[in-house]
Amino acid sequence: MKNSATGALCGAATIALAVTAAHAEDAVAVGVLQSLSGTMAISEVTVKNAEVMAIDEINAAGGVMGRQIEAVVEDGASDPAIFAQKASKLIQNDDVATVFGGWTSASRKAMLPVFERADSLLWYPVQFEGNECSPNIMYSGAQPNQQILPAYDWAKAEGKQSYFLVGSDYVFPRTANLIVKKHLAEDGLALAGEQYVPLGGTDFSAVIAKIRAAKPDIIFNTLNGDSNVSFFKQMAAAGMGPDKVQVMSFSIAEQEAQAMGASLVAGSYATWNYFETLPTEANAEFVQAYRTLYGEDAAVTDPMLHGYLNVYAWKAAVEAAGSFDTDAVRAAAVGLDVDTPMGTVSFSPNQSLRQAALVGKLDSQGQFEIVWSSDAAIEPEPYDALTFPGKTCGFVTN
Amino acid sequence: MLDATLFAGQVFNGFSLASLFVLAALGLALSFGLMRVINMAHGEMLMLGGYLAYLTYLIVPGPAAILVAMPVAFLGAAVVGGLMEVTVIRRLSSRPLDTLLATWGVSLILQQAARSVFGPIGVGVTAPDWLNTGFALGSLYFPSTRIFILAVAVAVLAGLGLLIARTRLGLLVRAVNQDRMMAAASGINTRRVDLAVFCLGTGIAGLAGVVLSLLGPVTPSVGQSYIVPAFLVVVMGGLGSMVGTTAAAIILGLVSALSQIFLDVSMSQVLMLLFVIIFLQFRPQGVVATRSRALEG
Repeated sequence: MKNSATGALCGAATIALAVTAAHAEDAVAVGVLQSLSGTMAISEVTVKNAEVMAIDEINAAGGVMGRQIEAVVEDGASDPAIFAQKASKLIQNDDVATVFGGWTSASRKAMLPVFERADSLLWYPVQFEGNECSPNIMYSGAQPNQQILPAYDWAKAEGKQSYFLVGSDYVFPRTANLIVKKHLAEDGLALAGEQYVPLGGTDFSAVIAKIRAAKPDIIFNTLNGDSNVSFFKQMAAAGMGPDKVQVMSFSIAEQEAQAMGASLVAGSYATWNYFETLPTEANAEFVQAYRTLYGEDAAVTDPMLHGYLNVYAWKAAVEAAGSFDTDAVRAAAVGLDVDTPMGTVSFSPNQSLRQAALVGKLDSQGQFEIVWSSDAAIEPEPYDALTFPGKTCGFVTN
Repeated sequence: MLDATLFAGQVFNGFSLASLFVLAALGLALSFGLMRVINMAHGEMLMLGGYLAYLTYLIVPGPAAILVAMPVAFLGAAVVGGLMEVTVIRRLSSRPLDTLLATWGVSLILQQAARSVFGPIGVGVTAPDWLNTGFALGSLYFPSTRIFILAVAVAVLAGLGLLIARTRLGLLVRAVNQDRMMAAASGINTRRVDLAVFCLGTGIAGLAGVVLSLLGPVTPSVGQSYIVPAFLVVVMGGLGSMVGTTAAAIILGLVSALSQIFLDVSMSQVLMLLFVIIFLQFRPQGVVATRSRALEG
């Protein structure tokens, strides 16, 4: 009984394999690798949705160089080791042309050697701490000088004199705050305090006591995930809600704000390169297309937009190069203008995206009112000149 | 750098933290004291209490919702605890390692169930307006939520103290605690006492979940962040002693809050663990040594 069942399964698998193989001759496979389970799923599933939506749109419009795209979706399971394993499975077994995915810095760092060894290309959609630059990754999320420093410049222009830094205890907040501190010292502004809470930490009583004592003009918040809810709740309970003490957050987008309860964070600020409220026609179409697929209440965020534009940027590069080859695509992608819902953008020779920064203020619906924009696209700098003097991208030859 | 206001504020925060520790740890201490059961799913009773509070808020919104949520969460968690006792723990009563594993399994099942029902992202409970204020005393500020939680912890301790010292159930619990065999021989139904105490312990954890929802989000893994400090409190208090548990909670709360005057939250957690290790080197029996036949032999 058991044997016949196994036999049937094997048979089914063989047929499935044969079908995929036959299909793969005319379609080109690409990998979509995000966490579909585990703690990061809440954020990454929506990025996967946006990436798959872009692939479906391109297929409906005739594909890439006349070939349909076949998305091979894999689950990174919120675990960097699984990201690395799935990345190598996608490259070796599924023979994908490229991979879209990743969110946490830990997942990117784990996948990096896989892509370098196979000389394949990863399109990474999330803002990060910089300080890394690989020829095998296209970084479309913001570099520190496209998110953190614009936020700092905005606060400086608003006349903020003292800054309090609160973050989760891991690489992104530590590096981001290192950069902010260098700039504070350079500009002669005051660092009112710097506090780290373990990832997922829930007790902010001491942090809040220190904020109360330091009376900062603004708080730079690099907390991640659920800790934000505890932080804002306890701040409000201490009589220091966002209406009393200004908070600038770097990991709260529309989705997080709406899930946390928009009233809790209303009045606080965030800096991103894209907001759902961006008033362009292309953006309205993008948001509507996503909502048609995933419900009228679905939030659209900066990382989702970057995941979506990565697919279009890859398509444009492939068509410009006339090839799916990694070297050719990489060379073609640099400097190539791509039309996206956030406007026309292009990759710099260091393979990060040139893009504008926006400061938004959260309203009671969990949407951002855009209060400031850098207008011009900001040239991405993986290494902040003040914090990491002399460090540059090794492979950039200009 | 030692600022008197910050110091006084942190002493208050220390007691506030201690009140959370007490509520999270009492149930563990009770069930360990009486039954030698290490309940790894205790944190999930907190989680359950939090979600029950959330549901109560949906059904009866308004300023009194938190007061309705407390008995609801207490009963709900007690019922689930009772089911767990009858179906799992009772059947593994003389196999401590197996209970540890089985209750850990229950913990994973409950977390995943919460994830399936409520989604992986946390739900929020908004504190009623009467809890969203605070009292200023000079430059000190006492949020009402923290005072409320302190009051709940004191009330639970007083209630539990009265129950153990003054009621018939308390008498039975003390008898079983001192000598299970003799108690059984004199006609006490020890299984029923076990069940009652286990339900009581998980019920208190449910209450803890309600008050936690005032401070942070309710997530499927919310229990995990309190279970480690709760175990620390129980171990340091002297396994199973109520007075010891309370004393240990206050000591650890103060160590944590006062060290945060100088240190990051991350570093102060390291310090708290080191403190417990060193403390147990010198006083392995804990703050209050329990003498019980159950611990011997």
